[in-house]
Amino acid sequence: MSHDIVPTDHPSAPVRQFPVDDPGIEHHVPRYTDVDVAAGNRAYRNILAMFGLVPVLAIAFVVIYFAVPKTAGFDVLGNNFHAQTLFLGLTAGLAVLLIGTGMVAWARDIMSDQEIAEERHEAGSDEETRAAALVKVNAGITDSGVGRRKLILGALGGGMGMLAVPAVVLLADMGPYPLAAKRAETIEKTIWAEGVRLVNDVNELPLKASDLEIGQLVNAEPETLFKLHGHEYQTEKAKSAIIIVRMDPASIKIPASRKDWQVDGILAYSKICTHVGCPISLWEQQTHHLLCPCHQSTFDLGNSGVVVFGPAARSLPQLPIKVNAEGYLVAQGDFPVPVGPSYFERDSSKDFKEGDQ
Amino acid sequence: MAKPTTITSSAPVLENKRPAGKDAGPQQFSGAAAWLDERIGLAKIAKGGLRKVFPDHWSFLLGEIALYSFIVLLLSGVFLTIWFKPSMMELEYNGSYQLMKGLPMSEAFASTLALSFDVRGGLLVRQVHHWAAILFIAALTAHMLRVFFTGAFRKPRELNWLIGVGLMSLSLIAGFSGYSLPDDLLSGTGLRFVDGLIRSIPLIGTWAEFFVFAGEFPGDALIARLYMVHILLIPGILLALIGAHMTMVVYHKHTQFPGPGRTEKNVVGYPLFPVYMAKAGGFFFIVFGVLILMGALMQINPVWMYGPYNPAQVTAGSQPDWYMGWVEGAIRIIPNWEWHLFGTTWSWNIFLPGVGLMGLLLTGLGLYPFIEAWVTGDKAEHHLLDRPRNAPTRTALGVAGMTCYAMFWLAGGNDILSTQFHVSLNAVTYFMRVAVFVAPVIAFIVTKRICLSLQRADRERILHGSESGIIDRSPAGGYSEDHVPVSHDEAWTLTQHEQYEPLEASDAVDVNGIPQAGRGISKLRARASRWFFSDDIPVPSRDEIEEAHAHDHHELDHEVEDAKALGH
Repeated sequence: MSHDIVPTDHPSAPVRQFPVDDPGIEHHVPRYTDVDVAAGNRAYRNILAMFGLVPVLAIAFVVIYFAVPKTAGFDVLGNNFHAQTLFLGLTAGLAVLLIGTGMVAWARDIMSDQEIAEERHEAGSDEETRAAALVKVNAGITDSGVGRRKLILGALGGGMGMLAVPAVVLLADMGPYPLAAKRAETIEKTIWAEGVRLVNDVNELPLKASDLEIGQLVNAEPETLFKLHGHEYQTEKAKSAIIIVRMDPASIKIPASRKDWQVDGILAYSKICTHVGCPISLWEQQTHHLLCPCHQSTFDLGNSGVVVFGPAARSLPQLPIKVNAEGYLVAQGDFPVPVGPSYFERDSSKDFKEGDQ
Repeated sequence: MAKPTTITSSAPVLENKRPAGKDAGPQQFSGAAAWLDERIGLAKIAKGGLRKVFPDHWSFLLGEIALYSFIVLLLSGVFLTIWFKPSMMELEYNGSYQLMKGLPMSEAFASTLALSFDVRGGLLVRQVHHWAAILFIAALTAHMLRVFFTGAFRKPRELNWLIGVGLMSLSLIAGFSGYSLPDDLLSGTGLRFVDGLIRSIPLIGTWAEFFVFAGEFPGDALIARLYMVHILLIPGILLALIGAHMTMVVYHKHTQFPGPGRTEKNVVGYPLFPVYMAKAGGFFFIVFGVLILMGALMQINPVWMYGPYNPAQVTAGSQPDWYMGWVEGAIRIIPNWEWHLFGTTWSWNIFLPGVGLMGLLLTGLGLYPFIEAWVTGDKAEHHLLDRPRNAPTRTALGVAGMTCYAMFWLAGGNDILSTQFHVSLNAVTYFMRVAVFVAPVIAFIVTKRICLSLQRADRERILHGSESGIIDRSPAGGYSEDHVPVSHDEAWTLTQHEQYEPLEASDAVDVNGIPQAGRGISKLRARASRWFFSDDIPVPSRDEIEEAHAHDHHELDHEVEDAKALGH
């Protein structure tokens, strides 16, 4: 490629009159390393030293890999370091970095630093090229016969377009179809049922009303959850997790329709946020507010779980509970409305709204 | 310093003259070079490309950092796939991390722990991979901002800008799918959020959810599917797009900043061989080396501290990786709008900030070059970059966009802000709801004013020179500072940019009184063009410069004499 600048006339760019004439590329000022032999040799030695350290670090890496025990660690300034990660990283990182700095130093200190100019060409083609291209295009069109037999192209396009249909249909088995029946047994149903005991979610012990003091919150699950395993366990847990709170019945509002859903001020709510499904657990004991740590939706558990702040739009579903013959807290049935985030087919008219009785 | 003053569109040929001898290379094609040339035309490739010129500027390195981070991601990612098992099958942990012995967890999480504790160098490579992902998106964002503010997206590079927008959106998916793979508590919480997001899409949300998760959340298929997306689908498309991106950079030749000898018709800089091979090649190793050091010294995503995913747990202060923070913020501050109509639920509170805002950003970015070209009526090719001050409205728009993004991003940490600064969480949220609209407007006005002042300062420098630092006292006792003319190089650099005039609306009827249908310049377009250009400070003309210099000359003589008198 030539570096000679041939002034060319670009047809589309009219010659502009600049207020100041182009002074041309700056004159090259020699570097220290160009004019001082000692400085040049120093730069040369530095670069050699950088490249020369790389094999040393590479060997150190291998020694560390085999010699440092996997579990070794140590503390520096309150930070705990994993010895292998640290030393393998330091040796490998420095080795790779030195290759880079050596190359850049070579480019900056030793290679010529004279700027050169190269001519640009317009991105587009000139008229002559366009005309020549058109000749070829038209020759091709003529050869193809589509001029006289026009339907060929349409038929080919239509046929290829229709190929998208089987390609898309092939994906139809990616998941079950969420038709009403399927929804009713999946996202609209949990394993809560009549008589299922509420158990502490950590030690799996069933809870009695007397286990809870006023102001206390317990994370709980249905006892039946712990019989499940693997993804079934996870899927059911993602819907059935609840929180049980005990509040002073005199300080909370319980609508008439929910009078029998609680036991002496002990109420159970879904733990799954009605916004995007995070488990909610930040309990403000004095205000009866429950705050979701993900997006800060806040629900008033002293008022049937209505939203008092944040992006959530629906009240927390309440689980009706009672006491069984042995005195344990049990569910009266499943949640009356689906738990978790909204979905299009959800009938949200039955959710509790502020003012409902 | 003597400088050529009459070169307009051509620059002197400054080829380095090297003495023949030690530094001279091979005199003929032989051996492997000849073998390759006879098969693939190596000599033609070398003749065409070896001395290709690239201009030098620090901001051109931003895209390089993104490219090199991507290569590091590929290299470190291959290492991770050797041990990672993308399976949601439950097993009992039996590895060397004592605190989780006997705990049930997914195979994906167990294999991530094994990578971290049982594979030598595994934790290092995991951390390098995560840091590289964060740096990749940070660098490409910064690169995109550089391209925007310098106007490098203008003709003929609009298509490459669109490819860049595609690269950005895909890299967000790549990052998100990656940090969801370990199946720890934090990544599971992120997926729970994605589940809510997909569900919220009107009409098809539930179907999309069931198809993505193979049923209900979390199901048993997602990790394996995300793995395919993360290691094959997205990187494959990214590689293809990066290839196209680089090819276009080579075809168009790199843009350059205005400067002496730099014109729309040339590119001034250093040749690919040897300077840019060494500089860019060396820079790859620098980026790689720094990423390894970050992996060695800076902990990231310690999944063993979060534990396996448990749909009934979440930690307070959970945050996504930085590039998802602005969507998170929008989700947090939007009012709880939801429609309950005829037994259906329309979750605008999730769909708008989640899907809508992301779509708005990508659409806005994609359309911007075409909108600006429509407003300005500019059809010329541009290879000289704009200094941001010389496109005040564009620069102000860019800063307004960044400010809006920053407000959303801050809102994504509204809980952290309120705990760190001891302010009410509700107050922060309400403030941010207003700030995302008001702060960009303020930023726009302030930025535009700053750009115009800088343009005025440039004009002042050209017409009246720079401050000399010499204070004169007049016979009457007044003090004034002399100005000296700026250098020829600087004067050229400051006046080189094109001055645009706002478009004028064409008449509603043509000369024959026939109404113009869809032709010419509409009133709306003329108004947009006025809004875009009319405040710009004019570049001084040749006459103005000469007149100003003639005027200043008289004063300057004084100063020179004074200086002589002082013995300088």
